[in-house]
Amino acid sequence: MDIPTLEQLNLSAAFPAISLALGTCLLLLVDLFLPKNRKYLTAWLALGGLAVSFIFNLFAYNSSTTALEGMFIADQFTGFSNIAVIVATAISILLSIDYLKRHQMERGEYYILLLFSATGAMFMAAANDLVVIFVALELLSIPLYIMAAFRPNDARSEESGMKYFILGAFSSAFLVYGAALIYGASGTTNLTEIFSSVEGILATQSASSLYLLAGTALLVVGLGFKVAVVPFHMWTPDVYEGAPTPVTAYMSVVAKLGGFASFLRVMIIALPALALPESTIAVWQTTLWLIAAATLILGNFVAIAQTNVKRMLAYSSIAHAGYILMAVAAAGTAGLGDSAAQAALIYLLAYTFTNLGAFAVAMVLEKTDGSNVTLDDFIGLSRRQPLLAFLMAFFMLSLIGIPTTSGFIGKWLVFQVTLEAGLIPLAIIGVLTSVVSAYYYVRIIVNMYLRENEAAVGDEGEALPGASQYVNWAIYASFAGTLILGLLPVLATNLVNTVNLATMFPR
Amino acid sequence: MAIDAYIILSAVLFSMGVLGVLLKRNAILVFMSVELMLNASNLALVAFARQWGGLEGHLFVFFVITVAAAEVAVGLALIVAIFRTKQSINIDELHQMEG
Repeated sequence: MDIPTLEQLNLSAAFPAISLALGTCLLLLVDLFLPKNRKYLTAWLALGGLAVSFIFNLFAYNSSTTALEGMFIADQFTGFSNIAVIVATAISILLSIDYLKRHQMERGEYYILLLFSATGAMFMAAANDLVVIFVALELLSIPLYIMAAFRPNDARSEESGMKYFILGAFSSAFLVYGAALIYGASGTTNLTEIFSSVEGILATQSASSLYLLAGTALLVVGLGFKVAVVPFHMWTPDVYEGAPTPVTAYMSVVAKLGGFASFLRVMIIALPALALPESTIAVWQTTLWLIAAATLILGNFVAIAQTNVKRMLAYSSIAHAGYILMAVAAAGTAGLGDSAAQAALIYLLAYTFTNLGAFAVAMVLEKTDGSNVTLDDFIGLSRRQPLLAFLMAFFMLSLIGIPTTSGFIGKWLVFQVTLEAGLIPLAIIGVLTSVVSAYYYVRIIVNMYLRENEAAVGDEGEALPGASQYVNWAIYASFAGTLILGLLPVLATNLVNTVNLATMFPR
Repeated sequence: MAIDAYIILSAVLFSMGVLGVLLKRNAILVFMSVELMLNASNLALVAFARQWGGLEGHLFVFFVITVAAAEVAVGLALIVAIFRTKQSINIDELHQMEG
């Protein structure tokens, strides 16, 4: 076996992810020398590392090449996902700085775990090999298990970490077994090579085609757990409720980003030809659209019953996974892979900004005694904190998908590609459940604006428990992202205009 | 070379692991069942690697083993932390949050 030279490895194409990995390892050392009462310095250094990675990402953005022996793809899909991951991680760091101090859990490891997890998400988005997908998924997940249980001596936080850990490990075992079966059928773990062998395997009618089908099913289960779609969603509400709020905000966004990026790559690059003879529709499309429909219905209807805001946002994040899965299902129709990937990417970026903003506002209302933020905590917020109330209302409208917000653009593109794929029942379910979702999002707006007379002690400008300068920056950044994407969607669509997973490499 | 026997064995082991995760109530046993699932995958990977004669399968096994070790470290730490707060590692008693 030849040992590849450095030029053949093409490391420069993978610099955004590699630089973040190296920077995090360096930070691990630097953190040792920082005094205990100055751990916020680690946060600033972590932000610096993200900035470096962002700059490398700009240089690598429009490349279209592979690195690391074909295991890593550097293209617009990778670049766009990297932007979303970096922005989400930076906003989460801003949310964490004062939260950790207030809850007596300020430790340097937190930011390092956060960055390792972000590195995992970046590698997942770029992975062109089942081995890389597995390792990156674990790099994304293992730090999250620790961070979910980060609040010391708090039974709920530990329970959250434990549940996440057991179900996360369970799901990655499904993923590995699925990858093993696909490897057994095709003899390769490289996604592009799997694609070229699929037709041959199906033609032989041997046990290999069974392996391929079973492997695909297990991969869907494994990734489905990660992105929390029904029926693999049971862990989500408990984990989201128990984990420290900045961690919840982070994992609701970045774990989905990484999971869906790999989902799209596997389905569109490797398995689009997994179809019945003479059919242009991949066999997994029906399964995925049924899962998406179940996710939309369950997520949106159960969210109505919640009074705890973190649980409500957890069910809302399940519902949003359903909308993104609509795009993945649509990718099963031949020729739609690229537009489905573009729609899903834009939806993910829109969801990133909006969801982080919503969690940030919920965090501002959170008291240090560990009690939950409920819907009642929002009563009269418009009088106490007019600006914050307005921003929260805007995030809620974006989660519903009202025009001029980013959520609208995401939904518009996803519904469009679903209709193009001919999945009309799914599109109808999507629209109807969006209407249902308005009920529980609008309830927060009603509490903030229309029930202000019921507020108990609502002094004007009363300081909120979680308010701080950094949190405000994070909320403003989320607002800016939501608004700009909503008003000028062309900015985002230009960033993904040459995403071509399906046709990237000569077949 | 016929590898069917190995694949059948790995499928049986994997199913035992899945059942263990779903039925066992002790966190450590659940955890061992997850390890069984991962090792069933390793067996399948090694068997397939023998069939195809490539290195990819073996490489994958090494990564799975390494990652499983990392998971063990985190998982046992979590179990110890939970045992300290609750004096129990029965996962049915993890029900602080409902809804």
